[in-house]
Amino acid sequence: MNEPIISFVNVTKKFGSQSVLDQVNVGFPKGRTTVIAGGSGQGKSVTLKLILGLMKPDSGQIMVEGQDIAAMGRRELNRIRTNFGVLFQGAALLDSITVFENVALPLKERTSLPHQEIKERVDEALALFELTGHGNKYPAQLSGGMKKRVGLARALMLQPEIMLFDEPTTGLDPEISMEIYRLFFETQKKYGYTSIIVSHDIPKVFNLADQVILLNNGHMTTFATPEEIQHSTDPEIMAFVEATMGQVYVSKVMEKNS
Amino acid sequence: MIKIIEQLGETALYYFRDLGRMGIFLAQAFAGIFSRPFRFMELVRQIREIGVNSFGVIAFTGGFTGMVLGLQGYYTLSKFGANSGLGSAVALSLIRELGPVLTALMVTGRAGSAMCAEIGIMRNSEQLDALECMAIDPFRFLITPKFLATLISVPALTLFFNIIGILGGYLVGVGLLGVNPGAYVSGIEQSVVNLDINLGIIKSFVFALLIVWICTGRGYFVHKIRGAGFGAEAVSRVTTQAVVFASISVLVWDYLITAVMM
Repeated sequence: MNEPIISFVNVTKKFGSQSVLDQVNVGFPKGRTTVIAGGSGQGKSVTLKLILGLMKPDSGQIMVEGQDIAAMGRRELNRIRTNFGVLFQGAALLDSITVFENVALPLKERTSLPHQEIKERVDEALALFELTGHGNKYPAQLSGGMKKRVGLARALMLQPEIMLFDEPTTGLDPEISMEIYRLFFETQKKYGYTSIIVSHDIPKVFNLADQVILLNNGHMTTFATPEEIQHSTDPEIMAFVEATMGQVYVSKVMEKNS
Repeated sequence: MIKIIEQLGETALYYFRDLGRMGIFLAQAFAGIFSRPFRFMELVRQIREIGVNSFGVIAFTGGFTGMVLGLQGYYTLSKFGANSGLGSAVALSLIRELGPVLTALMVTGRAGSAMCAEIGIMRNSEQLDALECMAIDPFRFLITPKFLATLISVPALTLFFNIIGILGGYLVGVGLLGVNPGAYVSGIEQSVVNLDINLGIIKSFVFALLIVWICTGRGYFVHKIRGAGFGAEAVSRVTTQAVVFASISVLVWDYLITAVMM
């Protein structure tokens, strides 16, 4: 496995007395896809917000390319954030501007490219994500799948090194979900970004994973492959597997219990 | 007993933190003025939203306020045989007091509520998070243009309110009640001094700042306001709270400024 581009070092995050992450140590390998799975309220979205610097941990370090973002000021954080692209659960498109303006936003705000070049690059992105002809629409006029495609196009405009996906297929029908996974696969191949996916769409999302992290009661357990999770003998992980993927026959365990 | 003390301490801490958050928010909004690139077109758009689109409501309010002042002033002054002082009474009431206060209350209701709801919805739908993740400063991008637009629009609207109000008073006093037009105008010229105008200007700037600070700040922190709930309900509650709080603040600061500059 590649060297980690992001590492959690003894990270603890509490809300009141509830510990969402408890002394977590985990690494996200460069250029690979890590899927973060876990039940509702286990802190999957909190993990993403910590990586993005939108939340600070109570203790510990969050190292991104060797720098602790938990200790960074706003300016340094903004510099490191230019390496990130994020696809939010609800796409988080700015609803008062058009699709074209949404996709152009990172280029307009973060680069000094001339207007014509921005237009060309946005048109190219809209074509890649099959959104040609929808540039003048507002987000409220788009379907859920189209919003996600616009969100993905916007996130990839600055060709980030790290892409974070928060529930990329939640609320989408299976056909549209497959379309999003296809776009993910194609764009990762094209841009070679490191991706971190938080998803409920288990086991489908496991097909994309190089590494799976299971979040349970404030702890993260790393598995090299999705199969490893299915064959785990830890009762809590077995319960999670059964709840999300159905019962898996593992002869040694089953026969021992019978 | 210990539980009560705990709750009191928790409440005090909450308000202390809230005040701190709002203070930092204000500083960041002003710091946004110096961040580049400056969003001039967004400032123009906000002036249109907050200022230009409020002209209608300000014209109505100013006109009818001036007309009522004309009627009430005439009734009171005629008791002392001092009808000729109507212009002075109408103009001073408007410039020193009613113009800045009523304009501020109208802007709070019309534009302040809209700003609070817009930013609250952007917070709930992760649009503000998205801006931060794209390394776009939400203050420079969103909040600062609203601050500047309100600070420009409210004094301009106050001036407009005062002019329409004085014309309304003229219409009723001179047109309906037979006050001498020359006396109405010269009464204004003789009684309105620089201090009155300065008082009105200072009030309108302070009120503008209170409105935009409270309304945008409440929307920005919609997720951190205790007891506001979640989602659409939180936005609606916080918007109501912001409008009420901004209106009360305008009235309190009106008294304080008047007391200091009397």
